[in-house]
Amino acid sequence: MEIKVLGPGCANCHKMEELAKTAVQELGIEAKIEKITDIGQIAMHGILSTPGLIVNGKIRHSGKPLPSLEKVKELIKAAS
Amino acid sequence: MFGKFAQYLVYDLLGMTQGARLSGAVEFFIYDTIKIFLLLSVIIFAVSVIRSYFPPERTKRILSHKKEFIGNILAALLGVVTPFCSCSAVPLFIGFIEAGVPLGVTFSFLISSPMVNEVAVVLLWGLFGWKVALIYMGVGLLVAILAGLIIGKLKLERWVEEYVYQIKSMGAAADAVKQSFKDRLVYARENTTDILKKVWAYVLVAIGIGGFIHGYVPEDFLVKYAGPQNHFGVPIAVALGVPLYSNVAGVIPIVYALMEKGMSMGTVLAFMMAVTALSLPEMIILRKVLKMKLLAAFVGIMTVTIIGVGYLFNAIL
Repeated sequence: MEIKVLGPGCANCHKMEELAKTAVQELGIEAKIEKITDIGQIAMHGILSTPGLIVNGKIRHSGKPLPSLEKVKELIKAAS
Repeated sequence: MFGKFAQYLVYDLLGMTQGARLSGAVEFFIYDTIKIFLLLSVIIFAVSVIRSYFPPERTKRILSHKKEFIGNILAALLGVVTPFCSCSAVPLFIGFIEAGVPLGVTFSFLISSPMVNEVAVVLLWGLFGWKVALIYMGVGLLVAILAGLIIGKLKLERWVEEYVYQIKSMGAAADAVKQSFKDRLVYARENTTDILKKVWAYVLVAIGIGGFIHGYVPEDFLVKYAGPQNHFGVPIAVALGVPLYSNVAGVIPIVYALMEKGMSMGTVLAFMMAVTALSLPEMIILRKVLKMKLLAAFVGIMTVTIIGVGYLFNAIL
């Protein structure tokens, strides 16, 4: 599984990364989490509001407010 | 209803003397606080539900390849309901341009979004009445449409950083997640708490100014300097407002104080728009996609447009 967290480095983007890590841990699945901070790269992925979460090539979340941990788990599970 | 409750609290529960200056101020403060926070909660919640139907990805699709004018009007209106924070200005800008949204239309959106929103409308409504709220909203949309139209007409595309045009979206399917109505309500609740957490302190300060400074500074304190008779009031207010930066909630206490003390309406609204629409942090962020010339043109056009509507409202109100 491939998870990408996209954000230029605002507080919420760090929180999003933590959420994704915790979710993967608690779900007990194998996943590569990649952090994308370059603005051009973020736009290229089709994210318009940060932070964004992409699981296996599909945008699962973008913008504020952040999803809850439970929601993130659901989003990741739905993609696998 | 709130009035009764505020009276009960102040005179019966706290046992303050009726008719005294202080107790009157406290009653006013409690009454306004309840009224405005209730308004804020209800309206932010309702707008958040509407918002969940217009994520930026959808707005982008609606505006893509739209004609100018119609596009500018739509963009300004969508700016009101589309969630967007200045930290996302760059990916949003690139995404819009890449999807074929005309430059001027993109600007109409970028201008209206931080300036005209439900928080501004509710606070103006609660503190100054619905007429002022409507006027502000109308004027804000007008500024966003006009400034976007001018930028579009001037054909400033060459002043956008070249790399923006080279980015091609990989188009990761954005509409993959279906939201149920319950999801939208959850989103609305979270968004409402988020916004209230951010603005409550400013709102209390604004109401506090209304309640306590009310009787202590002469009503016409500012009339001499910034009333309708002073023809330079508007440009001075805008010149002061441009370098200042705050969100809508932050500027409201200042606006309240200025209006209470006799600054004329057009001047106050122009000041408020200059503070919320033009900010140094946003300029620094936008510099990544705009060349210095376009950034300067943007600030110039906005300043002139805001001064124009300031004069217009001083003349007709």
